[in-house]
Amino acid sequence: MTTDALAAPGSRPGWLSRLFAGRGGPIAVVVLAILTLWYAGAVYLNAPGMIDAFEREKRAWSTAELIEGTWSQDRPLLPAPHQVLVEMKKTILDKPITSKRSLVFHAWVTLSSTLLGFAIGTGLGIVLAVGIVHVRTLEKSLMPWIISSQTIPILAIAPMVVVVLGAIGLRGLVPKAIISTYLCFFPVTIGMVKGLRSPDLLQMDLMRTYNASRWQTFWKLRWPSSLPFLFTSLKVAVAISLVGAIVGELPTGAQAGLGARLLAGSYYGQTIQIWSALLTAAALAAAMVGLVGLTERFVLRRMGARP
Amino acid sequence: MRRGLDLWMLAAALLAAGALGFPLSAGDLPLSWFDVPAAAVYVALFAALCAWLAGGRAQGLVLGAILSVAAVLGVAVALHLLYDAGAGGQARLGFWLFVFAIWAAVWRGIAAIGSFRSLNRGRQRGVDLLVPLAFGLWLVFLWEAVTVGFGVPQVLLPTPSMIAARFAGSLDILAADFNQTFVKAVISGYIMGCGSGFLVSILVDRVPFLKRGLLPLGNLVSALPIVGIAPIMVMWFGFDWQSKAAVVVIMTFFPMLVNTVSGLAAAGALERELMRSYGAGYWQTLFKLRLPAAMPFIFNALKINSTLALIGAIVAEFFGTPIVGMGFRISTEVGRMNVDMVWAEIVMAALAGSAFYGAMALCERGVTFWHPSYRQRH
Amino acid sequence: MTPLPLQSEPTAPPEPAAGDGRRVVQARDLTLTFQTADGPVYALSNIDLDIEQGDFVSFIGPSGCGKTTLLRAIADLEHLSGGTLTVNGVSPHQARLNRDYGYVFQAPALYPWRSIERNVTLPLEIMGVPRAERRERARTYLDLVNLAGFEKKFPWQLSGGMQQRASIARALCFDPALLLMDEPFGALDEIVRDHLNEQLLQLWSKTGKTVVFVTHSIPEAVFLSTKIVVMSPRPGRIIDVIPTDFPRDRNLDMRETPAFLEVAHRVREGLRAGHSYDD
Repeated sequence: MTTDALAAPGSRPGWLSRLFAGRGGPIAVVVLAILTLWYAGAVYLNAPGMIDAFEREKRAWSTAELIEGTWSQDRPLLPAPHQVLVEMKKTILDKPITSKRSLVFHAWVTLSSTLLGFAIGTGLGIVLAVGIVHVRTLEKSLMPWIISSQTIPILAIAPMVVVVLGAIGLRGLVPKAIISTYLCFFPVTIGMVKGLRSPDLLQMDLMRTYNASRWQTFWKLRWPSSLPFLFTSLKVAVAISLVGAIVGELPTGAQAGLGARLLAGSYYGQTIQIWSALLTAAALAAAMVGLVGLTERFVLRRMGARP
Repeated sequence: MRRGLDLWMLAAALLAAGALGFPLSAGDLPLSWFDVPAAAVYVALFAALCAWLAGGRAQGLVLGAILSVAAVLGVAVALHLLYDAGAGGQARLGFWLFVFAIWAAVWRGIAAIGSFRSLNRGRQRGVDLLVPLAFGLWLVFLWEAVTVGFGVPQVLLPTPSMIAARFAGSLDILAADFNQTFVKAVISGYIMGCGSGFLVSILVDRVPFLKRGLLPLGNLVSALPIVGIAPIMVMWFGFDWQSKAAVVVIMTFFPMLVNTVSGLAAAGALERELMRSYGAGYWQTLFKLRLPAAMPFIFNALKINSTLALIGAIVAEFFGTPIVGMGFRISTEVGRMNVDMVWAEIVMAALAGSAFYGAMALCERGVTFWHPSYRQRH
Repeated sequence: MTPLPLQSEPTAPPEPAAGDGRRVVQARDLTLTFQTADGPVYALSNIDLDIEQGDFVSFIGPSGCGKTTLLRAIADLEHLSGGTLTVNGVSPHQARLNRDYGYVFQAPALYPWRSIERNVTLPLEIMGVPRAERRERARTYLDLVNLAGFEKKFPWQLSGGMQQRASIARALCFDPALLLMDEPFGALDEIVRDHLNEQLLQLWSKTGKTVVFVTHSIPEAVFLSTKIVVMSPRPGRIIDVIPTDFPRDRNLDMRETPAFLEVAHRVREGLRAGHSYDD
């Protein structure tokens, strides 16, 4: 008995996996599957309402009519994807940006407070982390609170902050930005503390042999080695900052912003409006996280990281 | 520790001594130290004590203990000045300098206790717990002093004592809200979301095609503002807890999926080859090697999800609930400007969130005791 | 420079002598090529090798000579590109499924969440051995590697040498007739290594197992082996096979004897020859 040298015990790649060896193919298939499920779900969820409508009109209906009907209701339980896209086109492209009905206007309202809060929160988080790494007492007393405050549903405070600040005359951008700041400085602090501590003992000892000052050690060693950690937490921070801005818009009496659109849509049963606001928010989040990711790649590559 | 002049103690002594030279409060009935001789005597003693300690007479735990007693008495004197002597609302420099003096002493005391090192693990752990606890209590006092001392309107920021009183006074409402939001919505949604995320990740791991297609999307979805689906879920599942549980399911599903899939890939090459050399099958390798190795990742997801679940349930209640629930209470009491009730509810949410997270962390410690992050601690 | 010295048994049949069970490993014209981005890497070429039952065979050579690859091929952890290889008369794949060999890696590769005892019984669990017998065997083999009393400890609570001994106990506990060891003591300091070498020899003479041992230390190879396979890189091939005829009960003092030094010298010559071929 001799071995068939080439008989691999594992299975050989099938034609399908060879066709989709990369990522694009599988992602396309999964997205297609989601869309199919979405359309099927729209039929399933909207059909009872459609049948009622047909019966009220006392007219006969065929299955094709029913399916078409479920995909074109005014206030469906689940709007079909193309309905949402049409609504988005209408509110993004066709309306002037200054109009209160333009999604671009609402998205900008949300985005501006997101970015303001993100910027302040990141700065604050970094400063706090630097303090914690260098001052022992600060670390001992403050760090446990920062960690445990992550377990608290901070977002629940959001409406109160907005209303209370509104009561003393602070309205618009700033209250929402404060919520975003509050939400995003925790991940930045924790990530940066980890990052600033990431140089190992040998690297720190090397600095000591040079008799480097704290300042030099910080800029030459701690700061560069913390950047990968910083970018990882920035991605979390920017996403949660957007969530904070949207939740902050919920109690403002529905004036402007994506959160206000969600609330208004839920009051008036405008599901298509809810979904288009939701998809816009998702696109915004993806774009911001992607932007941070691109910056990360650019910066880390310039620092000699392997692509 | 360097012997010599202790700058923090010197600052505390100077601040306390300086405080005696300024009035305590302004207003119709201005208060000076002469009106409260007992307090003035204590402040003078405090200044003398700090000046004595500035020479480095005591170190470590002894210093910490002395300063703790002095600070607790100082806080009591300050509260007496605020409430009984009538400095509240319009406190002036004399009062604030005294508060700063206590602050310097507290800071020095925390540093002294924090530098304590012991080989006895229990003692060390006790001290490590004491430091943040003392700091937290100090912050609560500072909050009380600032809100009462400046007379901050209750609508803007209630004092801790008001919040505590409100909390104790409305335990029945809080219990009902807790039951509605936490017990019904959060727990059921959490179990369903984490469970389904776990099962799907096993499936995804088994099918490389799904792994390549679903994982990037899962990563993307983790960054999206998922709470936004709350109005849709309310529309689909009604006003009661079921719609909140649905939001929780969706919020917890993806972190679990992404973490478990990367955890299942965490087992090392040698460890896998060992299994291969035994001719072990897929399920044997899964249960004996890959799931144990994935446990740190799975617990990471469980901990993240414990916070997300509470946020999801509370925010979902902003979009419509029966007249009970933590999110409902927060949004209606904010509307009525009953800010102390809102804060009581937030304290409740914080306690529930920390307890939930702490329970998960304890389980983690029990299950992944072998992981380097726990080993190095001792 | 004899390029490919074979065993002095020209009549060795290509089919293994499954009946007498003496031929444990047999390789004929074995080739193994890795495809990389920079083109093919010839990890092993034209390997002919026989290992008899009870042999202690060392593979020695500089890094990149394919000694570990050859061991992994025997263990069915690599796939051949050409030639034939049998382990206990069957294909390596079948031998792996039969659980014919125990493998000791460069690192202990103990599972940190299992106690030492449960690490040792891991293969037994997979093979469906009942619990009582598992504990019995764990005790026996932990005793054999001088780890009695450490059953309930966890791997990270043991020193590197103790961890590696535990991994040897794990490889032995299901009583395979063939032990494959890939530089098992490479990461340990010399004093511990000497000690473990002695223990390994005692174990070998006590149990009569066949051992295949990868190393890059000449004294270690000479001290342990009945047969030393000298290998050379680019392409990975066998330069020389040196039999030793020391008695089975050796001790560390033997390393100063002229006979020992002579064999060591021959190994060194072989390694040097492999290098000059390379230049």
